[in-house]
Amino acid sequence: MTDARPILETKGLTMRFGGVVAVDNVDFSLAEGELRCLIGPNGAGKTTFFRCLTHQYKPTSGKVIYRGDEITGSHTHQIARRGIGIKTQVPSVFDGLDVRENIWLSARRNHKDREANRVVDEILERIGLTHLAHQLVGQLAHGERQGVELGIVLTGDPELILLDEPTAGMTHEEVHRTTEMIREINRTASLIVVEHDMQFIKAIANKVTVFNQGAILVEDTMENVLKNQQVRDVYLGKREVA
Amino acid sequence: MKIALDLKSWNTRGLIFVGVVMLALLFAGPEVFDLFVLLKVILFVSTAMLALSMGFIWGFGGILCFGQSAFFGIGGYAYAIGVINMGESTVPILLSVLVPAAFAMLLGYFMFYGRLSDIYLAVVTLAVTLIFYAFIRSTSGEEYVIGNARLMGFNGISSIPVFNWPGFPNSPLWPDDIFYVATTLLILVYFGLRILLRSHFGRVVVAIKENETRAEYLGYDVRFYKMIAFSIGAGIAGLAGCLFVSFNNFINPDVFALGLAAQIIMWVLIGGVGTLVGPMLGSLALQMLYNWLGTQTFASFLNTYLVFGAIILIFVLAVPQGLQPTARLLALRFLPFTRPPEEKARGGGDD
Repeated sequence: MTDARPILETKGLTMRFGGVVAVDNVDFSLAEGELRCLIGPNGAGKTTFFRCLTHQYKPTSGKVIYRGDEITGSHTHQIARRGIGIKTQVPSVFDGLDVRENIWLSARRNHKDREANRVVDEILERIGLTHLAHQLVGQLAHGERQGVELGIVLTGDPELILLDEPTAGMTHEEVHRTTEMIREINRTASLIVVEHDMQFIKAIANKVTVFNQGAILVEDTMENVLKNQQVRDVYLGKREVA
Repeated sequence: MKIALDLKSWNTRGLIFVGVVMLALLFAGPEVFDLFVLLKVILFVSTAMLALSMGFIWGFGGILCFGQSAFFGIGGYAYAIGVINMGESTVPILLSVLVPAAFAMLLGYFMFYGRLSDIYLAVVTLAVTLIFYAFIRSTSGEEYVIGNARLMGFNGISSIPVFNWPGFPNSPLWPDDIFYVATTLLILVYFGLRILLRSHFGRVVVAIKENETRAEYLGYDVRFYKMIAFSIGAGIAGLAGCLFVSFNNFINPDVFALGLAAQIIMWVLIGGVGTLVGPMLGSLALQMLYNWLGTQTFASFLNTYLVFGAIILIFVLAVPQGLQPTARLLALRFLPFTRPPEEKARGGGDD
């Protein structure tokens, strides 16, 4: 369901930490309804780029534009209220609260009490955690915590979802279920997914953006990216000929 | 989530137990205690309310305020100045809540919207109470007067009128009545906080303590929620200050001193961070211990503060969770009827 109109753009986005340039003049565009995967070796700047999009880091320069409005200076909660859902690399959940309360806090942001409870039941069913509804999240396995975080994000009914390594630490079965869920989510929302699992990326993505040293190296289909020599060099290293 | 009482819930049963104990104290107090003890209990009620304010903002809001005594003192001075000028206690009681709450909102605005980290917040709040301490101590001169109330510097304000029946300035409350008012206010504040913590606002405050970043990702403005929680805590501390002043008929700058600021932290630490009953028990236990130590001859060759500090140190090391969570764990272990059917291994969050 992609549409040519961009939902999210960055123009000349740059983030410096002292002398280190973590994100280097990135021009990025995501079309409405698109699912884009960001890949790259460790330290390529993917997570920093993510954090600049959501104002966890204030970019050194450049712009972030969401639906035509500049959101570069907006606070994280204002960005979230615009309909951007965020799932972090390490599950960011409320460990001291139970699964139901975690989802309820997200539902109650947009709905009255009774409606919120209905939405919570629906989401618990959707993420397959109804049986753990009254379990403290801090006591769950890593993959289940990932599921709770995904549930929290989905409950906010976002138009754009940023997923940072959604399958990290998941079992094969959980990865399969997450793949199905992401495909389903993409019917109603645009997604940017940072991932290392190539099988997972192949299963979900049409277009892939490869980051290296803070800048965009290549932007193409998964098939072409896999064949790209520059990408291979970045991942596998380049043989020096003496 | 749902505020409706579920009598099958163990949390609700715990609340009912606390309510019964508090009501028993309320109705039996003047019958059981002689006047001297009753006056002591009024003092304990005021400090329990101060501990409750700290227990709320620290244990549930995650805000370690090292200067909660500032709001206690502001509340006390607001009542004293108000009642001396108006000759009637109803409006000054309201002022003792509103003035510290408004001040905390202003201070909180700069701290939370300025994104001060926890450690700086503790330092700033401590500095604020010490600034008040130094300032009020320097107000001995005749020029420091608000209406009819002279601040009197380090000598403090004395002969402060006690509470009167609303609308009847010439009908002061007797100690029995003050006891009823103080205890009723404590019960109302406790259950008010419990209701608040079950509301949407309260759940968000707890969620922010759990994970501030995730709360922001959900679209909650954590700065606003923290500022309001901080302000509510200050209002409660101010009310405690008002009760304290009404009981003593006197206030001096020592309410802003480092000693009280540190004691409040200890009350909560010993009672149990993350509970509401714990800090009240902590304040009661430490004050009773302090009073008892003062009457013991074995401590005559030792500084009471030294013995007091050593006992606290041993207690914190031996019972790091605090009184209330430890009592709860012991009850669960040794009293089978206290075990809920499907017990959730939660921390000390439920009273």
